[in-house]
Amino acid sequence: MNTRKLKRALPLYLMMLPGLVYLVINNYIPLAGLQLAFKKFKYVEGIWGSPWVGLKNFAFLFKTRDAFNLFRNTVGYNLVFLIINTILAIVVAIMLNEVRSGMVRKVSQTLILIPYLLSYVVISYIVYALLGQSSGMINNSILVPLGIEKISWYTRPEYWPFILTFVQAWKSFGYHSIIYYATIIGFDKSLYEAAAVDGAGTWKCIRSITLPLLKPTIITLTLMSIGRMFYSDFGLFFQVPMNSGMLQKATTTIDTYVYRGLMESSDIGRAAAAGFLQSILGFVTVLAANMIVRRVESENALF
Amino acid sequence: MNSRSDKIFSRVSTALMILLALICVFPIVLLFMSSITSEGALLKNGYSIFPEEFGFDAYQYLWFSREKILRSYVMTIASTTVGTSLSVIITTLFAYPLSRKNLPGRNFFAFFVFFTMLFNGGMIPSYMMWVQTFHIKDTFWALIFPSLLLSGFAVIMMRTYFSTNIPDNILEAAMIDGASEFRILISVVVPMSKPILSTVGLMTALAYWNDWMNGLYYLTKRTDLYTIQNLLNRLITSADFLSNNQANSMIAANIQVPSVGVRMAIAVIAIIPILVIYPFFQKGFIKGIVIGGVKG
Repeated sequence: MNTRKLKRALPLYLMMLPGLVYLVINNYIPLAGLQLAFKKFKYVEGIWGSPWVGLKNFAFLFKTRDAFNLFRNTVGYNLVFLIINTILAIVVAIMLNEVRSGMVRKVSQTLILIPYLLSYVVISYIVYALLGQSSGMINNSILVPLGIEKISWYTRPEYWPFILTFVQAWKSFGYHSIIYYATIIGFDKSLYEAAAVDGAGTWKCIRSITLPLLKPTIITLTLMSIGRMFYSDFGLFFQVPMNSGMLQKATTTIDTYVYRGLMESSDIGRAAAAGFLQSILGFVTVLAANMIVRRVESENALF
Repeated sequence: MNSRSDKIFSRVSTALMILLALICVFPIVLLFMSSITSEGALLKNGYSIFPEEFGFDAYQYLWFSREKILRSYVMTIASTTVGTSLSVIITTLFAYPLSRKNLPGRNFFAFFVFFTMLFNGGMIPSYMMWVQTFHIKDTFWALIFPSLLLSGFAVIMMRTYFSTNIPDNILEAAMIDGASEFRILISVVVPMSKPILSTVGLMTALAYWNDWMNGLYYLTKRTDLYTIQNLLNRLITSADFLSNNQANSMIAANIQVPSVGVRMAIAVIAIIPILVIYPFFQKGFIKGIVIGGVKG
């Protein structure tokens, strides 16, 4: 590379500098901290000075029943969310497209996005208003009038897989539906007109035009969720169950476990080990998922 | 022709969409109605959208604690404005050179950004670094810097927009006129890229406005730096966090603290601004979801 070319590019490099510095600090330096998973962390000695302990943290983590719960919950919820979100979003997008009244279409589009605007802290208040033991709406206005005894929702883990799935779907279905809806309205109208001339009804059009054309979008979005398979939405699993200890069997994920290890206990070894596995497994899954898609349908691969 | 069944399909869709929209709005109505229900009725019937008796004790109680609530709002507005402006500036400055086909090392830098989306060190190393190296704990910057300031996703989104929407010959013409790179960015690229800039800005602003994680991790002593989200987060576990001298005197005067209603009232106060602002930004917001969701 000659100096003149470099000189011309210098202002461009200068522009990139703040962003590069931030990525180095926020994203690259912490990678070195992954070694903590193999160390006994001592606050005074810092990350680099703490002594190595080999695989002890991992052995410690897997000796407890926590480890199984953590990974089962994280991956299990993600799989359920992926299936439900995809089906729900496609169904809603197709329905939205079939609504004839422009007003209903516009207003419902606006309203189904509202949950997406709310933080999980606010949503935890909403869930509390519904499920609170003494003053929750479900206990007072539904169960009691039906003659069913009040349920202490925040101490009964068996209900939480359903509650969390419902809350998650409630918050995000609008978001996913809008993505599919935007894709659907972008389709070539003449395909539908031609099908109508041939006598195809709405159902037939959905099955033979809309769904096949949605395939690339489905693949892209699924790929992105698979890449996040070992990550959970901390807010959903921490705020919504209100950090209730009795629910942990059903609500602990890697992210909430790491938080508790870091902020609520003095020994972070196990949490560091779980975090390390999350990083590595997350990386491997996203590469693997992309590789499979590249084999099958190369044009839909993310990279 | 299946026009009859088509019509039914369309009617059913309309009905279901209205139902879904109601399901989305219902909990917010529940929060609001509960917040204006008298404490007595709440204790008797629980939260309900049809209050047996209206009452504003909850808001009256919050009025006594207005200082804390107002302060947390100021913090939310401050962190959202500072964070969003910094973020949009840094993202634009980063994305523009990446969109230039003749930038030496372009592929390397693009990969440098992309890699951050694939692999990260997780919360523990990040926390240690921000706390031990940068001493960010219990400062205002804790609300700005960790994790939110720059997303690789936004950089790549913006780069794609620049390289597909700004024709090379316009850039070349500006260069022949002797304009510097900064000049070109400010007077050619930015004016032509308002849609993507407002989209990225909007999404970033929402992330800052709704963020409570940075406060949860990094603000442990300086509760005066709490944003409204942090305040809410704190109140759900300790409802007495709001109490101050005036509120205590209310208790001393034998007025019962309407703690059941207060929870709902504070949540209402936290969501009202978003609901008020939302209709004005709805178009840009939907555009942001679409671009962010499919392309990227």
